[in-house]
Amino acid sequence: MDISKNYFEFIGLPVSYHLDRSELSDRSRELQKTLHPDRYAHLSDHEQRVAVQYMAYLNEAVATLKSPLLRAQYLLQLQDIDTTSESSTAIDPMFLMQQMELRERLEEIPSASDPFDELEELNGEVVAVLEKLRASFVQSYESGDLSSATSDVRKMQFLEKLLLEIERLEDKLED
Amino acid sequence: MAYSDKVIDHYENPRNVGKMDDKESNVGTGMVGAPACGDVMRLQIKVSDEGIIEDAKFKTYGCGSAIASSSLVTEWVKGMSLDEAEKLKNTTIAEELALPPVKIHCSVLAEDAIKAAVADYKEKQDK
Repeated sequence: MDISKNYFEFIGLPVSYHLDRSELSDRSRELQKTLHPDRYAHLSDHEQRVAVQYMAYLNEAVATLKSPLLRAQYLLQLQDIDTTSESSTAIDPMFLMQQMELRERLEEIPSASDPFDELEELNGEVVAVLEKLRASFVQSYESGDLSSATSDVRKMQFLEKLLLEIERLEDKLED
Repeated sequence: MAYSDKVIDHYENPRNVGKMDDKESNVGTGMVGAPACGDVMRLQIKVSDEGIIEDAKFKTYGCGSAIASSSLVTEWVKGMSLDEAEKLKNTTIAEELALPPVKIHCSVLAEDAIKAAVADYKEKQDK
């Protein structure tokens, strides 16, 4: 094990957006076993510290690779592109317009006659847009068009945020 | 994180929330977004024949600081010339609202929004 390796290599998976989830959980389980505290209780302080470090890295790696958005962001990060800390960037106005409209709809849902139906419909639309973006990201990323891939991930970030808002409203309506 | 009183005031009583008809030739619309946090902001200005901003409206989906920044900008730009509005700096907004460093990007977003609105208006006049 080597924490200077990237998350994919550390876990033993190809560096790719396509991910076999069962392979990810199998491999991380194997790694977890070798890192179990019982196994290194007899080791020196230094070795124990290293094992704790490995464990933390493994947890980070699994959490990142599991999530489609975090995985895409990480793939770009490996190419020295950071989409997670940018503040304002030029974004396609048509896309922003759509985002505005989707959020306006969400805002009006609590006063709708059947809010749950509308929420579900909106959720479905957002997921569909997100799926399209994911497909577009994969195509751009795999063909080496990093600027399009970056733009797709930025857009995905807006939609993931919207999904969180949808979830939050759903919880609120249920209460 | 504690919001300043001014942020809370603008957040609880946002000024000039609304929408103008973006097809009108004297309306300029600025749409901006912050990908990192997913905030979306629309800022619109209505400009007189003399080039003075007569009215401003905004709609922001985002955190309190983003809402306060855009609300403040709509208050400020009313009565300004386009040149004055274009020169509005995010640092002035951040200072007025006492934004903490992690929220400075919200004021940048508001600056970008007013700039985009002015640019959109000018582009319309050139047509």
